[in-house]
Amino acid sequence: MEATVLNLLAAVFGSLWAPIWSLIKPVWPLLWTLAKIVLILAPLLLSVAYLTFWERKVIGWMQVRIGPNRVGPWGLLQPIADGLKLFFKEVLFPTAADKKLFVLGPIMAIAPALALWAVIPFSPGWVLANVDAGVLYLLAISSVGVYGIIIAGWASNSKYPFFGAMRASAQMISYEISMGLALITVLMVSNSLNLTDIVMAQSKGRFAGYGIDLFSWNWLPLLPMFAVYLISGVAETNRAPFDVVEGESEIVAGHMVEYSGMAFAMFFLAEYANMILISAMTSIFFLGGWLSPVGFLPDGFHWMAAKMAAILFFFLWIRATFPRYRYDQLMRLGWKVFVPLTLIWILVVGVWMMSPLTIWK
Amino acid sequence: MEFKTLLFYLFSAVTVFAALRVITARNPVHAALFLVLAFFNVAGLWLLLQAEFLALVLIMVYVGAVMVLFLFVVMMLDINIERVRLGFWKNLPLGALVGLLLIGEMAAVLSGRYFGLANLPAHNLPANYSNTKELARVLYTEYAYPFEIASVILLVAIVVAVMLTLRRRKDTKAMHPSDQIAVNSKDRMRLVKMAPEVELPAPAAQSGEKA
Repeated sequence: MEATVLNLLAAVFGSLWAPIWSLIKPVWPLLWTLAKIVLILAPLLLSVAYLTFWERKVIGWMQVRIGPNRVGPWGLLQPIADGLKLFFKEVLFPTAADKKLFVLGPIMAIAPALALWAVIPFSPGWVLANVDAGVLYLLAISSVGVYGIIIAGWASNSKYPFFGAMRASAQMISYEISMGLALITVLMVSNSLNLTDIVMAQSKGRFAGYGIDLFSWNWLPLLPMFAVYLISGVAETNRAPFDVVEGESEIVAGHMVEYSGMAFAMFFLAEYANMILISAMTSIFFLGGWLSPVGFLPDGFHWMAAKMAAILFFFLWIRATFPRYRYDQLMRLGWKVFVPLTLIWILVVGVWMMSPLTIWK
Repeated sequence: MEFKTLLFYLFSAVTVFAALRVITARNPVHAALFLVLAFFNVAGLWLLLQAEFLALVLIMVYVGAVMVLFLFVVMMLDINIERVRLGFWKNLPLGALVGLLLIGEMAAVLSGRYFGLANLPAHNLPANYSNTKELARVLYTEYAYPFEIASVILLVAIVVAVMLTLRRRKDTKAMHPSDQIAVNSKDRMRLVKMAPEVELPAPAAQSGEKA
């Protein structure tokens, strides 16, 4: 891809290209990486904006309402209008707040949510950093995301944000464990920590030989782990029905109570970017990433986009369907149901892999 | 100067600064957050040494879990920093002695003459070298038994920690989901058969009010 871009640039600039190239050659790797980052983040932020719009529309339809339809044709400009409104609002600082940490809170929320996209492969070779320990990187950086909420909750120096921060730290640590343990089974069967290798490991198997590749993906042999991972993902992003961190009816909006304008928008962006990330990770780990579900259709990024859209729809669907979990039930589900289940399934998969019945060779 | 050297100095400088702020910050929450910063930069240093597994696990375990719980506790406590610093000058000589001892020992190891560090082969790693795989190979083959013993000790520690803090109260009103699910409609409501009540004819005065 890099050579194609260079040839294209040379064709555009013509004879001017030689002096320009001699000028930018020392910093070219930096420029190229920056270009790739922009190529990933710009569509991501656009998707975040339209995910909020889609969410309001879908929930509207599920509740027999119309949803936003005033701004632009079919309400399509609504997220742009929302963004502009938030952008021009004043960011208020509570008098008793710890100013520096109050500013650091939203930054710590959004930075990991964006940094995680560095290792996500979208198609063979379409990845910013094809690192060896991609899964470890994902687990490490996503565990940092909780700091945004804790710092925001404490720095606000107010009761409800602090409750939100306490709930967040307990909830996110609990569900990180079941998520990590569910991923261990995926690592065992794919024999790699590299995300591209994990996807490619799902392209072979008995069903793939028959041309129905979708039954060779990890979701079928690891079905309980797929369920645990998806539900933990919902809990990890603090989405309904696990949104006790925000809990409008109990603690108003948790850690976000004291935030306004762009500072609030940062938390919002981080939550939706994390939702999209969880859907990308689920499709990579369990649904075969960019692989085509049937043999006669070509693989490609469109499959990954379709899988991510389906999982995002699932996120919105359960938000419209289920009431919020009670806090102790949430903790019980994490520690007493998911953690033992994942531990047992790791053993089951280990025995299965060593037995003559193994399907992973 | 190589770019890596620059990164090394950046990470080390921030680590030293953050570590100093951990012990000089007046607010315990700030101190804990500076410790997080120090961990991050040490992870960066380890990445420069190509120990990516250790670096990422440091972030995952210490930054992602241990320090979150630490903050959780520190935020709840009301620490009076003046009170904590009362005995500073009295304890300084002993503390300084321990510190000097640590520095001396580290210098003895790192200077390399006594422990033969200088004679160790320089590591030339192939391009596809995976730190994680090598570590796992050594841990689960050569050191399988020590590894298992260490994990059993940790497991015992977890069980003991739970047992020490677990207390069953008789008067607790906590509900058990299994009991809740096992409930039948018969336990909730009892249908009683009784003779129908005969409706009395309405008094004349009330019908007058209506009109």
